[in-house]
Amino acid sequence: MRISRPILSALLVMALAACGSDAETAASSNEIKVGLLHSLSGTMAISEVTVRDAELLAIEEINNAGGVLGKKMVPVVEDGASDWPTFAEKATKLVRQDKVAAVFGGWTSASRKAMLPVFERYKALLWYPVQYEGLESSPYIFYTGATTNQQIIPGLDYLKEQGKKRIFLVGSDYVFPRTANKIIKAYAAANGMEILGEEYTPLGHTEYSTLVNKVMQAKPDAVFNTLNGDSNVAFFKSLKSSGVTAESMPVLSVSIAEEEVTGIGVENIAGHPVAWNYYQTTETPANEAFVKAFKAKYGQNKVTSDPMQAGYNAVHLWAEAVKKAGTTEVEAVKKAAPGISLDRPEGKVTIDGDNQHMHKTARIGIIQPDGLIKQVWDSGEPIKPDPYLEGYPWAAGLAGQ
Amino acid sequence: MIKRHLPFATVAVIALVAAPLLLEPFRLGLLAKYLCYAIVALGIGLAWGKGGMLTLGQGVFFGLGGYSMAMYLKLTEAEGGLPDFMVWSGVEELPALWVPFANPVFALSMAVLGPVVLAVVLGTLVFRQRVRGAYFAILTQALAAAMVILLVGQQGLTGGTNGMTNFFELFGQDLAEDSTQRGLYLVVAGVLGVLYLATRQLVNSRYGRLLVAVRDGEDRVRFLGYDPALVKTVTFAASAGMAGLAGALFVPVVGIISPALLGVVPSLELVVAVAVGGRHVLAGAVLGAVVMGYAKTAFSEQFADGWLYLQGALFIVVMTLASKGIAGVAQTVAGRLRSARAT
Repeated sequence: MRISRPILSALLVMALAACGSDAETAASSNEIKVGLLHSLSGTMAISEVTVRDAELLAIEEINNAGGVLGKKMVPVVEDGASDWPTFAEKATKLVRQDKVAAVFGGWTSASRKAMLPVFERYKALLWYPVQYEGLESSPYIFYTGATTNQQIIPGLDYLKEQGKKRIFLVGSDYVFPRTANKIIKAYAAANGMEILGEEYTPLGHTEYSTLVNKVMQAKPDAVFNTLNGDSNVAFFKSLKSSGVTAESMPVLSVSIAEEEVTGIGVENIAGHPVAWNYYQTTETPANEAFVKAFKAKYGQNKVTSDPMQAGYNAVHLWAEAVKKAGTTEVEAVKKAAPGISLDRPEGKVTIDGDNQHMHKTARIGIIQPDGLIKQVWDSGEPIKPDPYLEGYPWAAGLAGQ
Repeated sequence: MIKRHLPFATVAVIALVAAPLLLEPFRLGLLAKYLCYAIVALGIGLAWGKGGMLTLGQGVFFGLGGYSMAMYLKLTEAEGGLPDFMVWSGVEELPALWVPFANPVFALSMAVLGPVVLAVVLGTLVFRQRVRGAYFAILTQALAAAMVILLVGQQGLTGGTNGMTNFFELFGQDLAEDSTQRGLYLVVAGVLGVLYLATRQLVNSRYGRLLVAVRDGEDRVRFLGYDPALVKTVTFAASAGMAGLAGALFVPVVGIISPALLGVVPSLELVVAVAVGGRHVLAGAVLGAVVMGYAKTAFSEQFADGWLYLQGALFIVVMTLASKGIAGVAQTVAGRLRSARAT
């Protein structure tokens, strides 16, 4: 036992040397490094890999068009592994070690909350591409997905318009569903709707017969669904086997897009409504080009979805801000970004000057038997983002002090 | 005597002097994280390697330590108000459980005493009942699973799945400063060194021999008039205390604590690390934690798409080719060298 120690210490020295040896490779002068940080393994991989692919497509497009400021964008891809502390660690690595100009990444709110202090601490930029629960506005994050007044509130307006007054809330047990439901309850109280129940299941939960029984006993007009990930598969299967149809009890989902519909099985979910800002079927010239380019690069059977499109937009919007600023320097880009307005696949997108969210058009769609989503309602024009819901009297007090 | 302490002194010099000088702040931070895990691994090396108690739930103790520290950090920042996650979870008043954690002495003592007390209670219950082997392992694993469900379910109290993050300062020091991080690294390395020496002392003492005897023949020890349950409980409590302290150090180093860090998977990962390093030698446990931590970082940075396979392959290769881990290989090589020299 004693003899082994010198060798053990030699091994430690080696490990230490290896730690220090990967000195950063300085970006050559005609390249701009950007970080792509999504879960490539774990439960969230199925969704996040597609966003990473869309971001890579955007980078390729920009490079083919001559790059940014005459330089080529070089993606540095890291795996967040569906694990929030890993997101924080990899974000630090991208910012401090690779010195990337910006990071495009995240999906779950938990991963964003874990990365936020890193970007604020080192004054770096994160472009976050997924709809979320609002009540946040970091000076170092650009939010290219919807905040609540661009998705959840239009969704509730739609249910109200359809005469659905008795609502049951079902969600995964983490910050997005809990915060979203807090907002939904406040909306319901102000709009004469009744919340019959509020149920949460852990992420990854797959046994839903008990919960579906509870929902059925409450006999709601509609269900507002904030379940995330593979739980949706089991939930919708249970609903179907209990005889629930989209006509008898529509389930409005805010985390199910084209990609997830395939996983859940169209036969289980067709006819139910969803709320987003973009569908593959959205009719804009930019979307025609996007869908075509995405299928050409990744395969004809691939679908495009709202978060993918938001990630794709994020790269283009950042490039536009860099061009306007004439530099990739963070403060200059932040200053140049407000007011930038582009025609994107979802329609006109404008970066808001007050909170670094986007002006976006809200769209309600119905899932079709072919797995795509058909729009049945839209807000007509882009809605100004209001993450703290300051424009809604009933939401007073939700944001805390 | 000098020769005996030479290896430890060499490692100590490298860790305390060379590493802070040579490594960039980001890498030093990672090394500090591996060393936090190494403290937990040291406890596992003691409990499992020496005491034969396969504990698959060290994450629970690590988490208790981590959350105690995080609660203190959150409260100092809130300055009398509510921590950020309580605001968005709809909590309006600071829960009573949180109030004493505003005191750093209380928070730090709880980080160690909480796990120790839990381990003593648990140990007394199960070791008296002569629960051991796989049953004990399953029990500890179930505890880790239950802990995660508890933490996720109490979002207003614990931050739920997110856990707690966004810490700014520790004892008035800005956590974003490289100098603070370097200081933290030195504290972690120092704590690990002291605990390693203390544990080695313990293992080499009469108590240590008793522990090994309990591992190898619990009934015989009982017939000799000793109380194996007591020996095991004390050891288990010591390993729990180490894990708690590691958790408390981990939080300011890494800047986040969440249920993902203390569930079944991370608890297992640590046991795997100890197995890879070599559980029969305390230094093997420490080495295993550092090697596996480094491998995880290096693989995932180089191969973002398939690093998990490499991580798994490393474990399988080490375990099939060298069932006693890296330390076992080192011992064999040293033994060969010695006999070669002797002839």
